[in-house]
Amino acid sequence: MKVCITAQGATLDAKVEDRFGRAPYFIIADSETGSFEAIANPFKDGAGGVGPKAAQLIIDHEAGVLISGLLGGNAKSVLDSAGIAQYVYRGGGTVSVALDAFKNNTLDLVN
Amino acid sequence: MKLAIASGKGGTGKSMVAANLAFTLAMDSPVSLVDCDVEEPNLHLFFPSDPITRDVTLPIPVIDELICTYCGKCGEFCQYGAISVLPKKILFFADLCHSCGGCTLVCPEKAIHEEPKRIGTLSVSTPLPGLKLVTGMLDTGSPLAVPIIHEVKKETSDDPIVILDTAPGTSCPVVEALEGCDACILVTESTPFGLHDLGLAADVVVRLGIPAGVIINRSDGKDEETLRFCEEHGLDVLLTIPFSREIASIQSRGDLLCRVQPEWQKEFRSLFVKSKLLAGVEL
Repeated sequence: MKVCITAQGATLDAKVEDRFGRAPYFIIADSETGSFEAIANPFKDGAGGVGPKAAQLIIDHEAGVLISGLLGGNAKSVLDSAGIAQYVYRGGGTVSVALDAFKNNTLDLVN
Repeated sequence: MKLAIASGKGGTGKSMVAANLAFTLAMDSPVSLVDCDVEEPNLHLFFPSDPITRDVTLPIPVIDELICTYCGKCGEFCQYGAISVLPKKILFFADLCHSCGGCTLVCPEKAIHEEPKRIGTLSVSTPLPGLKLVTGMLDTGSPLAVPIIHEVKKETSDDPIVILDTAPGTSCPVVEALEGCDACILVTESTPFGLHDLGLAADVVVRLGIPAGVIINRSDGKDEETLRFCEEHGLDVLLTIPFSREIASIQSRGDLLCRVQPEWQKEFRSLFVKSKLLAGVEL
């Protein structure tokens, strides 16, 4: 499954970014093979409506799961409609750490 | 003559100045007083009356999902993230929509049409002979103040004397209210905050190319710093209103200084003459 993690940098060693719509990068990792792709977020400095736009972006990249720190209501509506599960990670660690936490089932779903 | 009353800081006395100026001028000729502080209008508190109120609406898209093919062109076009197109579903966020109409234009299936959505109200009343009061009010939870300000200004676009009371600050609603005005009065107060925010407001009027003067309100008589600022920036001090318990008391019971103390009418008439000189309008 493809897992999207919001990140401050373009690698698995980058810290997880708390914000969703304004995250600098989206890391789309394959939870089975361990391969990943980093997407620079074109909406990170947008004036408004960045949540739904970022949601559309990760839907287009066929992510099945999102891991982030914060999520706005509009972005959540889009992800819910697309059937993308959203998990909260706020441990301050790296993308790899968050991914491991997801694989070990220790993350909570966004309310 | 369109005269805006603005300030950087809130609570300096914009509405007090606007209300007293309009009250005084309306004794001689027709005046329109426009409350452009549509998020918290309050001029009507000085002028109780029964207004005629109508809705202000904006067009928003309505998508017919029976016709929509989910091609995604509308969502790609929307710069505000208001439309998300999923493989078999389309989501529209009315609060993000800026009513640009682009989605309706780019839809190849003509599946989108527009319908009005209420964002607030516009009220017009005649509280005193010669005085037309126009108040815009944004609905709670509605994010766009600018279209309402645009509407209230349109309501008075042909009127001979228009006094516009703006919102505090320097953001879009203030710029929208100031645009097209012949002159601006910046109301400040004798505090470091008043002076700091006067600097911000002065910067805005300079950039908009609107001639401006200053009123120092609630003056404690120690206005050297404000006077120095005004001199350095070529801003005339048009009027100084003292810090006075009596004025505060008149104001706080919703009355008008120029009604209770008619000697102030002379000061406000003179303020208007100076404003016309600023604007270069013929006397």
